[in-house]
Amino acid sequence: MSQFAINLIFVGASFALYIGIAIWARAGSTKEFYVAGGGVNPITNGMATAADWMSAASFISMAGLIAAGGYANSSFLMGWTGGYVLLAMLLAPYLRKFGKFTVPDFIGDRFYSTGARLVAVACLIIASVTYVIGQMTGAGVAFSRFLEVENDTGLMIAAVVVFMYAVMGGMKGITYTQVAQYVVLIIAYTIPAVFISLQLTGNPIPPLGLFSTHTESGLPLLQKLDEVVRELGFQDYTADVSNKLNMVLFTLSLMIGTAGLPHVIIRFFTVPKVADARWSAGWALVFIALLYLTAPAVASMARLNLLTTIYPAGPTAEAIHYDERPDWIRTWENTGLIRFDDKNGDGRIQLYNDVPAFQETAEARGWAGNELTVNNDILVLANPEIANLPGWVIGLIAAGGLAAALSTAAGLLLAISSAVSHDLIKGSINPNISDKGELLAARISMGVAIVVATWLGMNPPGFAAQVVALAFGIAAASIFPALMMGIFSKRVNSKGAIAGMLAGLISTVVYIFLYLGWFFIPGTATFANVEANWLFGISPLSFGAVGAMINFAVAFAVSAMTEEPPQEIQDLVESVRFPRGAGVATGH
Amino acid sequence: MVEHKKNAAAYWKANLKLIWISLAIWALVSYGFGILLRPLLSGIPVGGTDLGFWFAQQGSILTFIGLIFFYAWRMNKLDKEFGLDEE
Repeated sequence: MSQFAINLIFVGASFALYIGIAIWARAGSTKEFYVAGGGVNPITNGMATAADWMSAASFISMAGLIAAGGYANSSFLMGWTGGYVLLAMLLAPYLRKFGKFTVPDFIGDRFYSTGARLVAVACLIIASVTYVIGQMTGAGVAFSRFLEVENDTGLMIAAVVVFMYAVMGGMKGITYTQVAQYVVLIIAYTIPAVFISLQLTGNPIPPLGLFSTHTESGLPLLQKLDEVVRELGFQDYTADVSNKLNMVLFTLSLMIGTAGLPHVIIRFFTVPKVADARWSAGWALVFIALLYLTAPAVASMARLNLLTTIYPAGPTAEAIHYDERPDWIRTWENTGLIRFDDKNGDGRIQLYNDVPAFQETAEARGWAGNELTVNNDILVLANPEIANLPGWVIGLIAAGGLAAALSTAAGLLLAISSAVSHDLIKGSINPNISDKGELLAARISMGVAIVVATWLGMNPPGFAAQVVALAFGIAAASIFPALMMGIFSKRVNSKGAIAGMLAGLISTVVYIFLYLGWFFIPGTATFANVEANWLFGISPLSFGAVGAMINFAVAFAVSAMTEEPPQEIQDLVESVRFPRGAGVATGH
Repeated sequence: MVEHKKNAAAYWKANLKLIWISLAIWALVSYGFGILLRPLLSGIPVGGTDLGFWFAQQGSILTFIGLIFFYAWRMNKLDKEFGLDEE
C-alpha cells in the first residue's frame, strides 16, 4: 500500500471518529454549549484540557525549537507547564465557584463595570484570534505534506470538520472530541520517540533515554551530542545562557500567559465541583507532561540523528554526497522546508554553523558556507522517516499533528464565540435574549469565527510567529493580573482594574511593536530587534511578565487613591473564596 | 455568623499559607535550580550533563505535577475540616 493511502486511512479514520462524536454529543441549551452541561469528570476534563492546550506549536514546533537551542530553550518546557501550578492555586477553583460561563463574565461582575467587561472581551478576542491563525496554518502544513492536497483545500476540509462538531456540539462536542484527539496525538508523538530512544540508547522510555548512554559511542547521549555540535561550530547543546534575566522573564511570561489564556480557563468551568477543578488541573498537567517529558528527548535525539545522517563517519570526516541523500530529505525538499545549496561545488552536503568564529576551520576544510537549511518545524513530522520507521507510524504522525491543531482551534473558537454571544450580545446589546436565541447566536458566532480563522489561515499575515508572542503577552499582561486581583484583593476597584489592564496591555503591545514593527508591518520597527537594543536585555517576547507587573502596580495605586468597592462586591469576593454553595455553572 | 466569619478567615489564611509554600517550591525548582542556580549545581553530574539541566528539562515538570496534587489533596481536606466543602 502506498504511503499516501496509509496517511489517508489514518487521517480519514480519525476524522470519522470526531464527526461521530459530534453527532452523539449535540448541545441542546446554552449550558451545554458553553460548559458541556457542567458535569464533566475531572480526569476526562484533564485530558480534554491537555488537547485544548497542546497546539500545533507544542506538537510540531517545540521539539524543533529545543533541538536548535538546546538548554537555552528549556523556557518552553518550564513555561508551558508551570502555568498550570498558577491555574490550580490562583484561578481555576475560585472561577469555578463563581460559576458563570466566560472569563469576561467574572471581570465584568467583580469590577461592577461594563467597561471592564468590554476591555476583557477585546483582550480575549485579540489573544484568541492571533492564536487560532497558528493552528490553521499548522493544519494546512500537515495536510499539504501528508495528503498531497493544496494548502487551501486542506484548510477547507479542516474547517468543515471543526464546523461539524464545534457548531453542533459546542463545549459538549468539543470536550469529547478533545479526549479522542488527545489519545490520537499522544500515541502519535510517543511511538516514534520510543523507537528512536531504543535505537540510540537501548532504553525504551524516551525521558530516561535522554540521560542514558549512547550505545554506538559508549558516551552519555548528551555528552556525545555536545561533542558533535562543537565540531561543527555550534554552541554546546547543554551550554548555560548568559542573559539569565531574560530567560527568567521569558519563562515567567509563558507561565502567566498560559494561566491567563481564556480557552484554557473555561475548560475548568465544565467540572461539577470546586474540588474537581483542583484535581482536574493536576490531571491536565499529567497528560501534558507525557508529551512535554518526551519532547526534550525527541529534540536531542533527532538533532544527533540528523547530524549523523549528514556526517556518517563523524563530524570531522567527509559529509555525505547529495546524490546519496536519504529519501526523507528528498520528500521534504519538495515542501521547501529543507533546502540544499552546493556552495563549494563538491557535491557533498556540508551542514555547520556559519559564524565568524568558525570561519577559519570551515575554510581549512574547503567549505564555503552552510549548505543545508532545515526548518525546525519538520523535526517531529519527519522523525519517523529519519529513524526508518514503518509507514503506519508516518500516517499516525499525520493524524496526530492534525489532532493537535484542530483540538486547540476548536477550544479557541469556543472562547471567541462565547465572548461574542454571551458577553457582547447577551451582556450588553440584548440582555433579554431567550436561552434559545442566545444558543442560536452562539452557533452563528462560532460559524463566523471559523470562516474568519480559515480565511486568515489561507492568507496568513506574514508574521504568524510574532503574533503568538502577542497572544501570550496580552494574556499575561492583561487577563491574568485582573483575574488574580479580583480573587485575592477586596480593595481593587473598577477604576484600578481598568487602568491596570489598559496599562499592562498597552505597555506590552508597544514594547513588542517597537522591536517587531508597528502592527507588525515590516520595516516599521523603531529599533532593530537585537539584544544590544533591548531595555535591560529584555526581549519583546519576554515583556509579558513586565506588563503584568505594571498592571498590578497601576491597579493597586489607582485603587488606593479611589473609593473602596461596594459591600456587595466585597461579599462576592468572599463567596468565590469558599467552595460551599457552588452550583453548576450558570448564565444568570 | 461571627463564628462562621472567624472560621472563614482561618480557612483563607490556611489557603494562603499553602499557596505561599507551594509557589516557593515552584519558583525554586524552575527559576532557581533550572536557571539562576544552575552554575552552583554544575558539580552534580546527571547523565552527561548537570543537575540544573535536568531540572530545566524534566525535574521542574515532575515537581509541578507533585505540587498540584499535593495542593488539591490538602485543600480538599481543609474544605471539610472547616465545613466549607460542597454538600
